[in-house]
Amino acid sequence: MSQPNTGTPQERTPQEEMITRSTTEGKILLSCQNVTKEFSVAGSKITAVDDVSLEFPESSVLAVVGESGSGKSTLARMLLRLMPVTAGTITFRDQDVTHLKGSGLRKYWTEVQAVFQDPFASFNQFYTVGSLLRRGLSLAQVPKDEADVLIEECLGYVDMKPKEALHKFPHQMSGGQRQRIMVARALMMRPTVLLADEATSMLDATLRVNVLNVLHDLKNDLGLTVLFITHDIGQASYLADRVAVMERGKVVERGTTEEVIFSPQGDYTRRLLSDVPDLRGSLKS
Amino acid sequence: MSTEGMKPSTSAPGILARARDIRCVYGGGEEDFTAVDGVSIELGEGQILGLAGESGCGKTTLGNALAMIATPPLYVLSGSLEIDGETIDLSTLSTADLKRHQPYRGRTVSMLPQGAMNSISPTLRISSLVRDVMRAHDPKITKDESLDLARDRLKMLEMPVRVLDSYAHQLSGGMKQRMITVISTLQNPRLLIADEPTSALDVSSQRMLVEMLLAMVEQRIMSGIVFVTHDLPVLSQVSDKLAIMNAGSIVESGPTRQLVENAQHPYTRTLLSSVLDPSQETRRRGLARRSAAQATTTTAEESATTTEEVGKP
Repeated sequence: MSQPNTGTPQERTPQEEMITRSTTEGKILLSCQNVTKEFSVAGSKITAVDDVSLEFPESSVLAVVGESGSGKSTLARMLLRLMPVTAGTITFRDQDVTHLKGSGLRKYWTEVQAVFQDPFASFNQFYTVGSLLRRGLSLAQVPKDEADVLIEECLGYVDMKPKEALHKFPHQMSGGQRQRIMVARALMMRPTVLLADEATSMLDATLRVNVLNVLHDLKNDLGLTVLFITHDIGQASYLADRVAVMERGKVVERGTTEEVIFSPQGDYTRRLLSDVPDLRGSLKS
Repeated sequence: MSTEGMKPSTSAPGILARARDIRCVYGGGEEDFTAVDGVSIELGEGQILGLAGESGCGKTTLGNALAMIATPPLYVLSGSLEIDGETIDLSTLSTADLKRHQPYRGRTVSMLPQGAMNSISPTLRISSLVRDVMRAHDPKITKDESLDLARDRLKMLEMPVRVLDSYAHQLSGGMKQRMITVISTLQNPRLLIADEPTSALDVSSQRMLVEMLLAMVEQRIMSGIVFVTHDLPVLSQVSDKLAIMNAGSIVESGPTRQLVENAQHPYTRTLLSSVLDPSQETRRRGLARRSAAQATTTTAEESATTTEEVGKP
């Protein structure tokens, strides 16, 4: 794998400087070591995630890319502690959180939040957006006055106003609006880590760029650490500081975005990149 | 509204289908919402027409109207489809209108709906789905005839025949979508309306599906495709012509290469500029955005510091 420019700051371009700073200086906030997940299916074992170790520096974006079934979402669910690991360790702020339970786990969930692919499936259709957002805060025992201020603040992060969102039911909003509400809901807990699992794959191109820009801004404004799971390598190249490529449960290549996307070393990564449709190419003979 | 089924028309040679002045509304509420507003399209023999636009612009509604599957609250107020020398009145306001379209549905025009691969029964083998679909169009067809047809088609497309014995959960998303595509074209339709067929697939599965669709057109399993998607890079790879929709109307259309390289309408240019491909240009845009955000944050922090300093006694 090609090495990043390790010259002095004076020798690096501003962009290289930014990449070097964001990928080498951040303290490791969340990490997993040798994490494995096996499922039993019809008497046989399927290894969905196989001995994966990753580190998430503070205030950085790590993109995990790969085909469907490569284990990306399973890894995210384990990091989120929605699913137990078969083997391995998950560490958050130097503490082992692999087997956290009860109040410890609830506290972990306030720090590590998630946005999933299908915002429609994540909302109860019978409640207004306002009720759904307030319910999350009431469960966290946030007083109502503070909750309203927090909701307004978090809607502001995704460029929405309470007046245009809170009284509506999820089905009355567009896909992009629902996805932005999901991001706002995740931010209400003031998390330090956001796991975005294919969070923009259902959005149109223009809305997708908007949501990615929101993530860019949140990383800079709030110092958010983002795990961005996607099968869209274009999005990874727009947003990520570092990229890890997964194939059949294993991380087969990792490095800075420049290394992995623009000088890939592995055959799988190269094949993945060659399959990306080119706006100016054609498969028609 | 005319309930007249069809009448002879004079399609130009080489033209597979021509749809004229399609108007669709969603009714039933306090007021009707116009989803497609007087759209006309034309498709040549062996061509793929890409229909692109953002969510809610009317792409799927137009596809439903063309496939003659519009049911309330969607009403096709006007529109006709000229295909195979016949003109089909697409308008639907009553159950009788839907029956009028029955001979054409699935045979002349077939529909591959959005998310179709998620509708496969989890308790039945794929072969049962093949039999159900074939029997729906031809009650006299036997089980063996249906399966023979499916096997031949899979062999023609170099796909594994054993898939017919599988259940949905045993297949990958890409394979499910390719099987649904094969099944929806077993009747050899003249025109296939494919609604977001690649959206839920990863790039490798997308590529396999797209190559299969191209092979199907080349082998004349169908004579043309209206390919509906918001994914412009996929469309630019497969389509001969592109039509860009916005708010129920086609704002720009033309040969794919010409439209991608020299878009005239501002909306088309916005759509094209939003495409994120894994290129140095996309990376530069991402880094520029980050620099801008950091500069804003730094300015705000400096401003706060200055204010504090000014405020000092």
